[in-house]
Amino acid sequence: MSGRILLRLVAVVYLAGLLVLPLGMILWRTFEHGPWPVWEALTSPYALHALWLTLLMVVISVPLNALFGVGVALLLARGRFPGKSLLSAIIDLPLALSPVVVGLALVLAYGTSGWFGPALQALGIRVIFALPGMVLANVFISLPFVAKEVLPVLREIGQEQEQAAYTLGASPLQTFIRVTLPAIRSAVAYGVVLTTARVLGEYGAVNVVSGNLEGRTQTLTMYVADRFQQYDETGTYAASVLLACLGVAMLLVINRFTHKGEAR
Amino acid sequence: MSIVVEGVSKSFGSFRALQDVSLTVPEGSLMAILGPSGCGKSTLLRLIAGLERPDAGAISIGGRDVTALPPQRRHVGLVFQHYAAFKHMTVWENVAFGLRIRKRPKEEIARKVGELLDLVQLSGWAHRYPSQLSGGQLQRMALARALAVEPKVLLLDEPFGALDAKVRGELRAWLRRLHDEIEVTTLLVTHDQEEAMEIADAIAVMHQGRIEQVDTPDGLYDHPASEFVMGFVGQTCRVGDLLIRPHDVRILLAPSRAARRATVRRVARLGYDVRVDLLLEDGHELWAQLSRDELLELELAAGQEVFIDLSRARTFDRPEALPLSA
Repeated sequence: MSGRILLRLVAVVYLAGLLVLPLGMILWRTFEHGPWPVWEALTSPYALHALWLTLLMVVISVPLNALFGVGVALLLARGRFPGKSLLSAIIDLPLALSPVVVGLALVLAYGTSGWFGPALQALGIRVIFALPGMVLANVFISLPFVAKEVLPVLREIGQEQEQAAYTLGASPLQTFIRVTLPAIRSAVAYGVVLTTARVLGEYGAVNVVSGNLEGRTQTLTMYVADRFQQYDETGTYAASVLLACLGVAMLLVINRFTHKGEAR
Repeated sequence: MSIVVEGVSKSFGSFRALQDVSLTVPEGSLMAILGPSGCGKSTLLRLIAGLERPDAGAISIGGRDVTALPPQRRHVGLVFQHYAAFKHMTVWENVAFGLRIRKRPKEEIARKVGELLDLVQLSGWAHRYPSQLSGGQLQRMALARALAVEPKVLLLDEPFGALDAKVRGELRAWLRRLHDEIEVTTLLVTHDQEEAMEIADAIAVMHQGRIEQVDTPDGLYDHPASEFVMGFVGQTCRVGDLLIRPHDVRILLAPSRAARRATVRRVARLGYDVRVDLLLEDGHELWAQLSRDELLELELAAGQEVFIDLSRARTFDRPEALPLSA
């Protein structure tokens, strides 16, 4: 019995030291001088722009990767085609690469002196040091999250439910919406959580491709790092708390969505 | 409606699952496809349902060629071994699925689902989820779901394979009664010869991608067309080239013209049945199945010398099965 209590104590102390204490410290330091300095720091034009840009990244990258992830998982779980194992390996690639390397690779491919850069520039499209490059970096980095969550679930539920739906007259699209999607809903939601968290916190790749221009290509995570380097304590902590709140809010929304109407 | 399969072949890579298979399931009948696992019986069913396309040959249902049609347009009801229940839908929603896809009026759906749940004895379970049902209930739900869209034919793939012996027996008898009631042409795939013999009007025995014989249960048992059929449907003993059912082995106490000399090695009583292990003088082993009364009449004991009449044995080396002559 005392052994179990000791184990719990160790777990609590471990988590407290690792998570609760540092986060608590941030909260404490943020509101040390009351809410006004925090409000001022968060409503500065650069902070607001960073928040806006971060939300934009999430709104663009997450649906793209959710669609792509579900599509690839369906292809890998249900399709028979040559090059299937190659596709499966490519999906894993972003997990194996350092984000900074991903950023550099994108610069090499799409930068002004890169392969596609001149052609895109001729069309008036600027990728690197601009929004398209940042979206590319975020999509690339978080590519596997939805696919990797959905694929094992698709394999486990098998094809029989879908085939039963076909014989009952349902088209492939009807079958996907009414039979497959409800079965993989939790996995998709969890993949979306991982993707969103990654996009909110992405630094390495986006930092390389965006150029980190204040008020133009700076996301909230980059803004936090920037403020920290400039010894702006209030700005750093305020933006950190905001970032944490975004993450928690997203978790709550997704949780609600997955548990709603789930079969008991 | 009848099902006609003509010259159908199907390969998966280098594996030839079906080779030139032809089969006719008469309208309103209940036919079983019987064979060991890997013989191609499930593939044949999936081809008829439209879930696979044949490499060669044609399939028609009710006189209409459906070879090129997708499963949605074949109007077949398909029931799987592992139920394939839609887990996030209630029993009611599962059964209503096909009708909702067809956008039938709400009143019609409600009436029809109600009738079907009555038919499969699940009325009290309409608002439960599949995870709350037993295997037997799930399979009855799957059957109701398949019947809801009034299929032209009903295809059952090892429908009782995942159930325990008692439920399996009950459901078998229930399915046979149901078939007599609704008279929809039914094709059932099974590896269980007892199941096929018990409920089917006719049985097609499959082996290595080919149909070996199509006959009534009695016909298969009494007049097997091949060694495989004889061995798969009922028990057999082999004496050289001869094959004989153990209950056709006749034991005589006195020599006769056609009989061979043998020694009783063991007598085992299995309730009413008696198994007598025998050793022929030429070294072959076989066993005879007797009734308790026959045993009492013969008064057999281990070590006793007897004479064995194998005149009911068959041989399949020649085109026609010939009875043994000494």
